[in-house]
Amino acid sequence: MKKIVIYSISLLLIFQSSLLSYSTNPKDFIDELVNDVIDELSNKNSDIKQKAAFIEEIALEYVDIKALGLYTLGELRKSSDENDILRYQDSFKKYFLKSLTSRLTDYSSSRFEVLDEDKKSSNYTIINSKVIPEDSGPEVKIDWRIYTKNPEKPLIRDLIVEGLSLARTQKEEFASILSSNNNDIKILISKLDEFVNN
Amino acid sequence: MQLIKKFKILVLVTSFVIFVHPFANSTEECFEKTSRAIFKFNMALDDTIIEPIAKGYSKLPEPIKSGTSNFTSNIGTLLSIPNNVLQGNFRQLGHSLGSFAINSTVGIFGIFNPAEKIGLKPHKEDVGQTLGSYGVGPGCYFVLPILGPTTARDTVGLIADSFVDPFAHVTIREKEIFSSSGTALDYYSVKATTAIDFRSDNDKSFKSLEKNSIDLYSSLKSIYLQDRKNKIKNSTDDQDEWSNLDN
Repeated sequence: MKKIVIYSISLLLIFQSSLLSYSTNPKDFIDELVNDVIDELSNKNSDIKQKAAFIEEIALEYVDIKALGLYTLGELRKSSDENDILRYQDSFKKYFLKSLTSRLTDYSSSRFEVLDEDKKSSNYTIINSKVIPEDSGPEVKIDWRIYTKNPEKPLIRDLIVEGLSLARTQKEEFASILSSNNNDIKILISKLDEFVNN
Repeated sequence: MQLIKKFKILVLVTSFVIFVHPFANSTEECFEKTSRAIFKFNMALDDTIIEPIAKGYSKLPEPIKSGTSNFTSNIGTLLSIPNNVLQGNFRQLGHSLGSFAINSTVGIFGIFNPAEKIGLKPHKEDVGQTLGSYGVGPGCYFVLPILGPTTARDTVGLIADSFVDPFAHVTIREKEIFSSSGTALDYYSVKATTAIDFRSDNDKSFKSLEKNSIDLYSSLKSIYLQDRKNKIKNSTDDQDEWSNLDN
């Protein structure tokens, strides 16, 4: 029994350390993280549930979901009630994780290459990369907006796919829902919950 | 007849002035309810006709698909040539002219793309982008049947495209080059093939967006407007608005 407990704890520690082992340099951070994700998604021994769990774990640790949620809320983040903001952030996190894992389930094998980095300020670095599908699809340029306020803990804040920002698209989608519902944050929360529960 | 022609021009100019005001906000809708209804129609059209054709197209052997894609893209380069001149972008003009000349000859009527291998990668330019580069704002946003998302400026540009596009002159207007010309059918066939090729290339992304959007209409609007803005600037947006979040 003792052996099992030690074994389980060791496994947990190994898994935890693998999650925390990425470089703090933004370029290496993205290179290591994305290649890890690609390896997991291509792993024929893990099923969809395991893959989804892995993606969720990575996202919770390395994507700034809280900031992303506030950004996508736009100006309403300044005028909304604190409790509503907390409820919104909770719903947004669930929505984000579901939508992220759903987007990655159709993953087909690809090669990933980090091309360059552009330090915008002490807070932001943009990492330029490309994904080359191993089937016949065209290569896709992806820029990563990395938040580097804490240099020891870089966080992903946005993905810009072929010049199209996923965060901005999300923000404008939410803005449209809000504007057609008298800027009522509760309606947005209920739409997010509806998506998560479907 | 002359009067009708003048009236049409007047309507066009008035619409242009009203909708394409340089300070107009691109996120403003011209007539959202109608646009949403047209969007639904377009989605139904996509489900029943365009998507099945695109799926069939994607099953074609790779050399046929890339040949078709190269061929339509090479013809599309023709529209960029006058627009590069109008924008005074002579570097891009060189890319467009060089690419078209090489691909049409060495690349056997554009079926192959040897120009890319020697570094010629022309940006696609149209009149909407040219107007944007002159500082004309997008005007309000709406959705056209079949053609999809657009703005007032880009609609004016779309009409003007058929007047500046050399390919439209030899097809729609049947102007002869080396004693031969095409027909309107050739023009619309190339445009339709370009659309199918694009739809087929982006099938996965479109499905994913459809599945993960709470309001697909708004997502596509955002994507369209971001894409047009990037194309006008010939670069991607910096999005400094992120810094507001940290203040």
